[in-house]
Amino acid sequence: MREPRDVHELSLCRSLIRQAARVAAEHGAPRIRRLCVRIGPLSGVEVALMREAFPLASRDTPAEGARLEIATAPVRVHCPRCAQETEARVNDLTCPRCGDWQTRLTGGDELLLVSVDLAASAIESPTPSNP
Amino acid sequence: MCQTCGCALPDHLQHASSEHDVHTVAVLEGLKAHNDAAAGHNRAHFDRAGLLVVNLMSSPGAGKTRLLEATIEALGGRHRLAVIEGDLETENDARRIRAKGVPAVQITTGSACHLDATMVHRALHALPLEDLDILFIENVGNLVCPASFDLGQHASVTLLSTPEGDDKPLKYPVMFRQSDLVLITKADLLPVLDDFEVAAVEAHMRRLASPAPVLALSSRTGPLDAWLAWLETGLAERRRHVFRPAPDGERLLTRPGAPYHAPDHAQDHPLDSSRSPAP
Ligand SMILES: Nc1nc2c(ncn2[C@@H]2O[C@H](COP(=O)(O)OP(=O)(O)OP(=O)(O)O)[C@@H](O)[C@H]2O)c(=O)[nH]1
Ligand SMILES: [Mg+2]
Ligand SMILES: [Zn+2]
Ligand SMILES: [Zn+2]
Repeated sequence: MREPRDVHELSLCRSLIRQAARVAAEHGAPRIRRLCVRIGPLSGVEVALMREAFPLASRDTPAEGARLEIATAPVRVHCPRCAQETEARVNDLTCPRCGDWQTRLTGGDELLLVSVDLAASAIESPTPSNP
Repeated sequence: MCQTCGCALPDHLQHASSEHDVHTVAVLEGLKAHNDAAAGHNRAHFDRAGLLVVNLMSSPGAGKTRLLEATIEALGGRHRLAVIEGDLETENDARRIRAKGVPAVQITTGSACHLDATMVHRALHALPLEDLDILFIENVGNLVCPASFDLGQHASVTLLSTPEGDDKPLKYPVMFRQSDLVLITKADLLPVLDDFEVAAVEAHMRRLASPAPVLALSSRTGPLDAWLAWLETGLAERRRHVFRPAPDGERLLTRPGAPYHAPDHAQDHPLDSSRSPAP
């Protein structure tokens, strides 16, 4: 089992928080309440490890105690032969219709910060996401 | 939907009344943006110097360093080489390369599971890029984490040693589908392995929609011809890019002798200053 400090999810989680904190600063918001992230299975990021890394990476940042919401994106390929886009599997990106392997990935490798919820006041201490 | 703040949370009741001022800001930004910017910067350094940069990745012990040693010998001084070593725990690999007369820069970052573009940026300034033809980056032995970080290389090569089994592309699709070349190493062991099919690796690569060539070789017995030919092709490709006619105002090409950065820019470089220290 990989330890949280040894996985690349931790460095990506730090990037996530840095980006969210920058948005918060731009809006003059002292606290981040929620981060919405979109992750595809071909991004190389494991959702479970991202969740595990979040409390550690967010400590002493405006995102401490924020909710991390992760939506997973489906793997999709476009087949030029069929001129169609279809859902595919992570280790089978051939066209499910005609079997051709020369497809183009159109979804499933996303790793995106979609939105952040900002709180204008820092009055209340945030609800810890991990007790 | 939560009436207080408009969020879509089912447990919206946790929004205390004092938090009615929560608002959502759309961002839509890639989490790798920071690393990608650093990688782009590295690539600009490499392109300016006109060298070919190859990122070698594999599971631990698949033969990255041994391949480099054999490659150095096989090229026999035909090209000016250097290696950035991502063996984070020891100096062993860098020593092995230096013993062959090739400069090696060791990246030391403790127990990281991958190299990132900022680490490579620090290392590249310790090398005379202008005087090199090929720079190899030996990544950390790991088939998972290195796949997520562009280093600024021109080509990614994944080594798969025969004892690991021919099914690895399907088990590590993220790594293998990003590879420009798959090198099956330790091919001298094929006669004693009854279930490794080189053709199966190739079939798996196509299943990942990858056109990457698959070459089998042994660093122990050679020959390395196909691998060396692939390198020569890559190098010729690089040089064609560098010597293309410079568009007007392209500073990098019109001042060939000028350093891309001040020599000390690694210290106060924005790429470095934005990198927060590990807690
Ligand atoms: N039989 C055989 N053994 C090889 C070959 N290439 C490498 N080895 C052996 O495999 C072992 C590991 O090789 P290295 O080159 O150190 O592997 P590496 O990928 O650099 O390992 P890490 O840097 O630790 O990830 C050594 O004992 C090598 O001698 C080969 O072509 N044939
Ligand atoms: Mg090695
Ligand atoms: Zn099709
Ligand atoms: Zn630089």
